[in-house]
Amino acid sequence: MRELLTPRVNGDDVQVLAPVHKTLLEVLREELGLTGTKHGCELGECGTCTVLLDGEPVLSCLLLPVECQGREILTVEGMAQAGRLHPLQQSFAELGAAQCGYCTPGILLAAKALLEHNPRPSREAIRVALAGNLCRCTGYTKILDAVELAAARQGR
Amino acid sequence: MGPVETPPRRAEELAVIGKRLPKVDAWGKVIGETKYADDLILPRMAHARLLRARHPHARIKAIDTSRARALPGVLAVITGADFPPVKFGILPVSQDEEALSTEKVRYVGDAVAAVAAVDEETAERATELIEVEYEPLPPIMSIEEALAEGTVRIQEYGDGPNIHKLVSLEFGDVEEGFREADLIREDLFYFEGSNHLPMEQHAAVARWDPDGKLTLWSSTQTPHYVHRTLAKVLELPMSHVRVIATPVGGGFGGKSDPFSHELVVARLAQLTGRPVKCTLTREEVFYAHRGRHPVLMWVKTGVTRDGTIQAMHFRSILDGGAYGSYGVASTFYTGALQTVTYKVPRYKFEGCRVFTNKPPCGPKRGHGTPQPRYAIEVHLDKIAEALGLDPAEMRRRQVVEPFSKTANHLTITTCGLEECIDRVVEASGWREKHRRLPPGRGVGFAASSYITGAGLAIYWNEMPHTGVIVKIDRGGGVAAFCGSIDIGQGSDSVLASVVAEVLGILPEDIRVVTADTDLTPVDLGSYSSRVTLMMGNAAKEAAEKLRGLLLDAAAKKLEVSPAGLVARGRRVYLRDDPERGMSFAEAAQLAEAAYGTLAAAGSYRPPRRGGKFKGAGVGPTPAYSYTACVAEVAVDPETGEVRPLEIWIAHDGGRALNPLLVEGQVEGSVYMGLGEALMEEQIFRKGLHKIPSMLEYKSPTTLETPEIRTILVETNDPEGPFGAKEAGQVPLLPLIPAIANAVYDAVGVRVDEIPITPEKVLKGLDQKGKGQEPRVGPERFPRVSFPEPIRVESAFGQPADLSLKRE
Repeated sequence: MRELLTPRVNGDDVQVLAPVHKTLLEVLREELGLTGTKHGCELGECGTCTVLLDGEPVLSCLLLPVECQGREILTVEGMAQAGRLHPLQQSFAELGAAQCGYCTPGILLAAKALLEHNPRPSREAIRVALAGNLCRCTGYTKILDAVELAAARQGR
Repeated sequence: MGPVETPPRRAEELAVIGKRLPKVDAWGKVIGETKYADDLILPRMAHARLLRARHPHARIKAIDTSRARALPGVLAVITGADFPPVKFGILPVSQDEEALSTEKVRYVGDAVAAVAAVDEETAERATELIEVEYEPLPPIMSIEEALAEGTVRIQEYGDGPNIHKLVSLEFGDVEEGFREADLIREDLFYFEGSNHLPMEQHAAVARWDPDGKLTLWSSTQTPHYVHRTLAKVLELPMSHVRVIATPVGGGFGGKSDPFSHELVVARLAQLTGRPVKCTLTREEVFYAHRGRHPVLMWVKTGVTRDGTIQAMHFRSILDGGAYGSYGVASTFYTGALQTVTYKVPRYKFEGCRVFTNKPPCGPKRGHGTPQPRYAIEVHLDKIAEALGLDPAEMRRRQVVEPFSKTANHLTITTCGLEECIDRVVEASGWREKHRRLPPGRGVGFAASSYITGAGLAIYWNEMPHTGVIVKIDRGGGVAAFCGSIDIGQGSDSVLASVVAEVLGILPEDIRVVTADTDLTPVDLGSYSSRVTLMMGNAAKEAAEKLRGLLLDAAAKKLEVSPAGLVARGRRVYLRDDPERGMSFAEAAQLAEAAYGTLAAAGSYRPPRRGGKFKGAGVGPTPAYSYTACVAEVAVDPETGEVRPLEIWIAHDGGRALNPLLVEGQVEGSVYMGLGEALMEEQIFRKGLHKIPSMLEYKSPTTLETPEIRTILVETNDPEGPFGAKEAGQVPLLPLIPAIANAVYDAVGVRVDEIPITPEKVLKGLDQKGKGQEPRVGPERFPRVSFPEPIRVESAFGQPADLSLKRE
């Protein structure tokens, strides 16, 4: 059974006819071609598939698109505005916070949500906000550094 | 003898090397544009799923695929009978794998059939309709069982019924060394296996073109070996097979073997006439494995009163799982590098790898060396305590001599370990903390060494291990081509940086084209920490040839000697009169007019410096890297939980080509080591993986990962490009024993078994409370009929012979 889905994705009104049982992750990747959102565990454990739903981080592998009708979804592809990188994207690239880069989209979005609630988070607050996102490459050090740098730049 | 100063140019002259620059591939990664294998969507693409065995050990009596074929949407169903009867395996000595099993399954997860369908769900449903009739065989699930079983065999080859490999080597007379010792200590250790847990599940896409050519995109660390395997198993000329390694979403060794799904999508693409993709589930990744070998170890060391090692005897038994994989190399690696960190004048090694009905083990970050490193560093900690010596100082006094040979004929070039030790001891406040912190808090020390690329290729040949082609176009654009694959470590950035440095431009001016067997010269792969040194040397050679042409052409125009010119800052100009010169693009045009199309190749083959005995092939490398580590932990006596508080780690990776990337490798290694030290384990019950999901298989998050204080100690190695050595593996090694030693310092419990779980700590505390020996770990080492050792004279202390540079 297919259903007409009408979320707003990265600022665009989207219409997509998709099987109702497909997860938001599958619809984003397979129906909309937005492969920037990744999958790591299929269980809602690794955080790799994190997107923002009305500004809040959600696990797209555990969400059905019918729950997102008319709501605002932001994926990594929508973070840069008019060709200008988001400060987090800039700082992640500059500081080597993306090694293999596979967890990066999910972490960028989780960090974006954090900075919107808390523009100058402590290192501990960043750790807590990103605790649901596994990274196997970096040891998190450069990721924490990059979030701090982006926060400092935004605060200027 | 200290590190020699033979930099190609003085450090202050380097414009790109040594700078903290962003990775060249970072921009695509932060905007979600980087295409990993599963992100590829081709027109009419079909999806494949594998049917995997549910028995750990069984004979296949019959496979009925008729119901699966009849399911609407199914395009093809294949079994092992659809492949030529050709076995494969990463090592020439262990060709024991099949694309799909034909006669037997050897572990739960062994692939027996595959389906291509219009979508993944249909393919999955069809696999459930395939009926396989099995005759179960007795499963062999442990080292003890493998050694004891004489009738039932998992494989039909090896050094015993279920023994894959036996090794026995002796360098110098260890008994003589033990006689000269004041203290002889023996210890037993066990190191549980673990998965790489890359964030990206393996995926591959295949396409056959009407002219009979096959293209495979795959998340692989070794496109060259996948290329060879596809050609072999599908009986195709290599020239008709193209392998493109897509950016790898984490490898750590787990994507270094050719895999069943890669062969399966190729065959299914041929049969269906459509591109076919297969992406493994997380559960399948745990079963595909090739991860850390579980290893049982026994070590005996004789020392004099001041802690000086006189002799060491080391035994290991590796639980290899069902197939060979890299296992023969892994076995040698559990013994080969013991001599490279500290002075060991006499050394004996006996190693054994057994087959069990579990997913095959292979290389994981540190390949075969984290287990012995853990054992030896804890063993030395115990020795230091018995002698009343400071464990860091005892080790510092025994650091190997730079530019010398080890007992087992390995050649050491630069070694910055002494400085690494000094720096972590200083930074951590070791002297004030060790044995002085309040109960429940402790510090531990350990050190390590690792190879910078294996000295020998996996299959023996005279050809280079890597090649680079650099091309310059008329607009001054530069492209660098190499078969290397970036798995996150930054190899694309190293390639761009080395070429940019030589040509006097910037990394962002260079387009890198990598890991495509049709377009790029062979690189053997992203394993054994080989890429920076080997590819870097090849890139340097290629770029230097082109710089020579550019400077010659510019010199003619400027009517000066080329020796007086430099290429720097996107210009070519007179060193003594920087205003006189031209743009890089203009020099390129002059050179093209003078010499024709501008392209040059460089290649690299490591020096052959190993010993002349059988088994000398594992261990040699152009240069060894070094790390020292201090870990501080808190141990909760109520729960047994070990909380790492802070890690100080000093790493000698030669010259850091890009310190940002080197730090990233060190921090990532520390992280991965912490996971192994405290929580990660690949464990089985009745043939089944107990925890094949990220929900249950625990790995450290931001909350379990402490602050990591990274110190880069730079040597300038004559073997590496601009003096660079290894960074991606050696920093993992000392972390694990440093944690174990810190736990002992905190609560007086020796956990001689990895991982150090709360249960084990509590057990040790309980024993301590009852006045028993506060130790948790293996109690016995099974009897193994090791052969008489190959006896070789110890080369310990001989000077390095660097004239054997490149044969």
